[in-house]
Amino acid sequence: MKTVEMSVEAINAAGGIDGRKVEFRGYDDESDASRANTLVKRLIENDKVHVIIGCSLTGPTMSAIPLVERAGIPMVSLGAGSAIVEPVKKFVFKTIHTDAMVVSRLYDHMLGRGIKSIGIIAGSDAFGRSCLSAAQKLAPEKGVKILRDESYNAKDTDMTVQLTKLRQEPGLQAVLNCGFGEPAIIATKNYKQLGITVPHYGTHGLASNDFVRLAGGAAEDMIMANVSLLVWDQLPTSDPQQPVVQAYVKAYRAKFNEAPSFFAGTAHDAFFAIREAVRRSGSIEPAKIRDAIEKGNDFVGVTGHFRMNETDHVGLTPDSLRIVQVKNGRWKLVEKE
Amino acid sequence: MDAAFIQFLFAGLTEGARYALVALGFMLVYNASGALNFSQGESVMLGGMTTAVLMQAGIPLLPAMAAAIAVTLAVALLLQKLFSRTLERSGLLEVIIMTVAFGMVVRGVVHVFWGTQTRSVPAFSGNDPLMIGGATILPQVLWVIGITVVILLILGWFFRYSRAGRGFVAASLDPETAQLMGINVRGVLMLAFAFAAALGAVGGIVTAPITYTYYDVGVMVGLKAVIAAIIGGMGSPLGAVLGGLLIGLGESMTAGYLSSAYKDAVPFLMITLLFLVKPNGLLGKAPIERV
Amino acid sequence: MMNELLIKPSGVAAAPIKSVIGQRVFARYSLLFVLVLALALVPILISNSFYIAVANLVMINAVVAISMTLLLGTTGQLSLGHAGFFAFGAYVSAYLGGPQGLPTLLALALAVLGTAVLGWCVARLFLRLSGYYLAVATLGIGMMLSIVLRNEQHLTGGPDGMSVVPFGVLGFSLQGEMVWYFVLLFVLVFATVGSYNLLRSPAGRALRTLHDAEIAATSVGVDVRGYKVRVFVLSTALTGLMGALYAHYAGFITPASASFTHSVQFVMMAVIGGIGSVAGAVLGAVIVTLLPNLLAGAAEYEVLVVGLILLSTVLLLPRGMVPTLTAWYRGRKGRKAS
Repeated sequence: MKTVEMSVEAINAAGGIDGRKVEFRGYDDESDASRANTLVKRLIENDKVHVIIGCSLTGPTMSAIPLVERAGIPMVSLGAGSAIVEPVKKFVFKTIHTDAMVVSRLYDHMLGRGIKSIGIIAGSDAFGRSCLSAAQKLAPEKGVKILRDESYNAKDTDMTVQLTKLRQEPGLQAVLNCGFGEPAIIATKNYKQLGITVPHYGTHGLASNDFVRLAGGAAEDMIMANVSLLVWDQLPTSDPQQPVVQAYVKAYRAKFNEAPSFFAGTAHDAFFAIREAVRRSGSIEPAKIRDAIEKGNDFVGVTGHFRMNETDHVGLTPDSLRIVQVKNGRWKLVEKE
Repeated sequence: MDAAFIQFLFAGLTEGARYALVALGFMLVYNASGALNFSQGESVMLGGMTTAVLMQAGIPLLPAMAAAIAVTLAVALLLQKLFSRTLERSGLLEVIIMTVAFGMVVRGVVHVFWGTQTRSVPAFSGNDPLMIGGATILPQVLWVIGITVVILLILGWFFRYSRAGRGFVAASLDPETAQLMGINVRGVLMLAFAFAAALGAVGGIVTAPITYTYYDVGVMVGLKAVIAAIIGGMGSPLGAVLGGLLIGLGESMTAGYLSSAYKDAVPFLMITLLFLVKPNGLLGKAPIERV
Repeated sequence: MMNELLIKPSGVAAAPIKSVIGQRVFARYSLLFVLVLALALVPILISNSFYIAVANLVMINAVVAISMTLLLGTTGQLSLGHAGFFAFGAYVSAYLGGPQGLPTLLALALAVLGTAVLGWCVARLFLRLSGYYLAVATLGIGMMLSIVLRNEQHLTGGPDGMSVVPFGVLGFSLQGEMVWYFVLLFVLVFATVGSYNLLRSPAGRALRTLHDAEIAATSVGVDVRGYKVRVFVLSTALTGLMGALYAHYAGFITPASASFTHSVQFVMMAVIGGIGSVAGAVLGAVIVTLLPNLLAGAAEYEVLVVGLILLSTVLLLPRGMVPTLTAWYRGRKGRKAS
């Protein structure tokens, strides 16, 4: 939310979009679908907004979709689930890679290193499950074999059991951690504690500075796929994303004294997409904004290069994901393979 | 397989120790008052969170721990005052609901002041795992088990051999007679709450390096500890500890040999089955209802 | 009121007492009628459909709260897993109406039936436990349901939940806040009047004596067990019904609806309003449902505020808002009369 607030302030200070000031209403759905449902109703009926950025998770987004479709208000979601844009819904877009894209990128990296058989440890929450299904679906297509999968719950405090079972699988070459939040951190610590030597991969939900800080030395050498935002200081100047990313990070840091997380980055892009759409269409009518977002929205955001069209409401491809590795407590960009 | 089993065993014992400490505190309060304290889990949260926050502010471990225990005690005493008042004015049902509300208030305050982010407490003696029988164990686990054992021994000695302790036990069994004998029944309740708070806080602090801590870490722990105490049998301290360990081990063994997705269901399944077979817990006695 | 019924008036004395009772009942019913009429006019007067949406949520919660207060108020049984029954009704109806393609009315009926059966099993197995153990048993049932719903992805859509088909009756599809407002209002009025009458009927009075003196009641020959089971089943069936209705209304259902937090919310509604009071349950539902919406801009204070309200109710108004207010009001009337 901070990103959007910051962006709104900046835009209004610069005179608004085409001279119109942007008004912003933010609510916290506490990741609960029914709460999100009510809040979206509030935004649409009560606050009469023209466009919505949200929700951060797939479940709440899905519960909001029928509402925005009926009301004709465009919504830019930050949820990772592929279900949000597959099948394409007229008024729903998203500015974050789907799990499928992330998994596909990781698989490519693994195959590039000769890794074909893996184990997966996934959270039982929405994020973990969605990632796991994506991984399971893509595996046969890519030629990766999932030997075993284990799960953990949101409040679990010890995953040595699950990791031990994975480690025992004969022929295990790598482990993919499909998770989010505290339990994923604990799983990482357990990984190190058990001395598991096969490469440890993680999905983008884990890639944040908080994760590295809390997991400490245990995260060393972990490989993840995430957006260039994390390695903003290592992007070569030839990279089209470099100016956008650096500008954003500097502004965020100046205001909030910390580096933005990749989630914040997706919010930035969502706002960007909307701003561009309003500029281009010259109107704030929801239907016109929607059209402008969908057609000809070609811009470089911090998450990647977006090219949306009628059949693709995400506009991102796996290439905009970078492979990063934790080295000495910091993210290091590994050359794209 | 053996090494894996030992790994599961230690995982179960660590979790079990945490549940055991909270279950014990829970049971002490129940014995002294007859009511269930659904906010018991929050003592774990307060202990861990306060320590983490203080340490992040630069205060070293031991003073931070002491302060955390003190804070938890203070909150518990407040709870005890409210508890007694509600008990006098209304019934046991209202008291139970009051504790649920109290737990929410404590969580709410922590949420407002300290936010929802996860915090950590550094391990007492480092993070390098030890090898025991082929399984890798964090040294913190030994701290957890060790401290739990020490506490249990101290409590055991206290209730058996010290005057105050025996008075406590007497008051729990028969408050009226105890009062006639000159035992301060009110004081007993205060002591029960104080013990419960300290037990929970210590449990929270000592496991925080392993599990991390955040504002609602106490909810699940509290619920499972309630179940642990009931499984063990409400009248018996040993039962509470046993119940806690059983749940911890049950969870880890289920995750290890059956299905890690359903591991959370284990305590609830256990209690449901137990209620069908032995409603008063493994070591408990049936409460005699006087008409 | 109890006094009036124990005294057996005869002849002349009977007439005035009867008409007093009759007047009271008439007054109460006409008050209710006026209230319902006013409520029915609301959606016509208020055009902001967000407010109507909130009102719909309030009504759904109110019926569940009524079922909870019936349970608590008559038999003193605390259920900490009622959200599990809510979710069960919701998912069964969603599953039967959606992937299984049954007509939604049938799906709804089966969902209610299924929940009632589940409630019956739970009651038969666990009601012989002393009060607080039942609370923990229901807690266990609720949690287990929640975990199963989360894990069985192919049946339930997993933690992200599943979409639910809208409710269709005789070819009409019930969609939109206004339509649901009237449906839910009807259900609420029905539940309110029904519960009210239940509490005042001989069966209801038998149930209330259970609460105070279970053993005495058994010794007089009251079928304690049977009544307890019946109340429990009624309570769970009502809850399951509202769960199913919610699913079709919202178009979406997630396992979070079976959570412990949700169960606690239902308990809160009954407690804040006043245990055993139907009007209290509705008031409690209003307060608990409106609160997060009022605090929408400052969500981090929500847990604290809700906790404080519940805490202060238990401490200061232990009998709940409605009974305390009623007693205060009656006290003033009494003093005025004298």
